[in-house]
Amino acid sequence: MSWLADLFKARKPEPPTAANAKERLQIVLAHERIGRTREDFLPKLQMEIVAVVAKYVAIDPGKVNVSLDRGGDMSTLAIEIDLPGPQAMPSRRAAAG
Amino acid sequence: MAEIIVVTSGKGGVGKTTSSAAIATGLAQRGKKTVVIDFDVGLRNLDLIMGVERRVVFDIVNVISGEARLNQALIKDKRVETLSILPASQTRDKDALTKEGVGKIIEELSKDHDFIVCDSPAGIEKGALLALYFADQAIVVTNPEVSSVRDSDRILGVLQSKSKRAEEKREPVREHLLVTRYDPARVERGEMLKLEDIREILAIPLLGVIPESESVLKASNTGNPVIMDAESVAGQAYKDAVGRFLGDKIEHRFLEPTKKGLFSRLFGGRAA
Ligand SMILES: Nc1ncnc2c1ncn2[C@@H]1O[C@H](COP(=O)(O)OP(=O)(O)OP(=O)(O)O)[C@@H](O)[C@H]1O
Ligand SMILES: [Mg+2]
Repeated sequence: MSWLADLFKARKPEPPTAANAKERLQIVLAHERIGRTREDFLPKLQMEIVAVVAKYVAIDPGKVNVSLDRGGDMSTLAIEIDLPGPQAMPSRRAAAG
Repeated sequence: MAEIIVVTSGKGGVGKTTSSAAIATGLAQRGKKTVVIDFDVGLRNLDLIMGVERRVVFDIVNVISGEARLNQALIKDKRVETLSILPASQTRDKDALTKEGVGKIIEELSKDHDFIVCDSPAGIEKGALLALYFADQAIVVTNPEVSSVRDSDRILGVLQSKSKRAEEKREPVREHLLVTRYDPARVERGEMLKLEDIREILAIPLLGVIPESESVLKASNTGNPVIMDAESVAGQAYKDAVGRFLGDKIEHRFLEPTKKGLFSRLFGGRAA
């Protein structure tokens, strides 16, 4: 690298990262502090949703994908379940008849 | 079959979690299917260093107690496809970890991973013992400082007597020395233990030397393992260490103080 590039690199202002650290901490700690006083319901919620789905269709527990993003104002819980298609279901005669 | 690696030190705060995150990410970047497990139950931090703290639902204790399946607790990294993280529990106490439970998890992960990296807690109590018990290889993280070197020696003794390999009288755990927070300028001034001194005392093969670097704090602020910062000397040193771990022949770097050029003196540039 030439001295000129060095010069510009040394002077290029880097975005400070401490603000980022503070924001991440505020979010994670807000969630952890709640967890200390009452139980975190998210794991239970997830298990119950999966159990309800399993009551109606035979699902492969290995094909349940869960992702959570805890936010400051809002958290999102995404549950993705591979439901077997009609071809994979055991054939049953039409109920009406 | 996966290779099980424990990152351990005895002493606290020497850089185990920083190193676990960097090395696991580095192995995954090289295409190896890698999972990094946080064994610090009650004081989890790997999730923050890996930047996945907002995505934790289940943890290792939930899996051991049967409350969640392993694949539900694993967090897939969004930056490196071959990497995932198994977080420690933040609320349960250490007794929730059992040898049997951890063994089952490691056995299941072994089936479809190349490497399992275990981030040990400090000390030589239960958590640390469980983190190293199943290891095939150990990365002993040491700072150039008397108490750290002594504790590393202590943990080497534990590896040689209390690991599964030792108990079963199999080939011993392969040991690697990783010196971190090395400050060549202070070494030159005689204020800090020299690399040669540490190597002479511990007498195990050297995997790498990670210099003291400001970029480590920057990396933890943003939740990006420092190895992803290609500009930083610490990132480059971790990348070299991963290369050596995988058998590449790479010279050790960053062992001498950087000679400050005119411009960095003028503008006060510091070690990245
Ligand atoms: N090469 C480095 N340069 C500068 N600071 C570093 C370096 N490596 C680690 N640190 C800093 O040292 C501190 C401890 O690091 P880390 O959390 O990785 O240690 P640890 O061994 O996992 O600690 P514990 O025993 O508590 O689990 C952190 O503040 C980290 O940013
Ligand atoms: Mg740690």
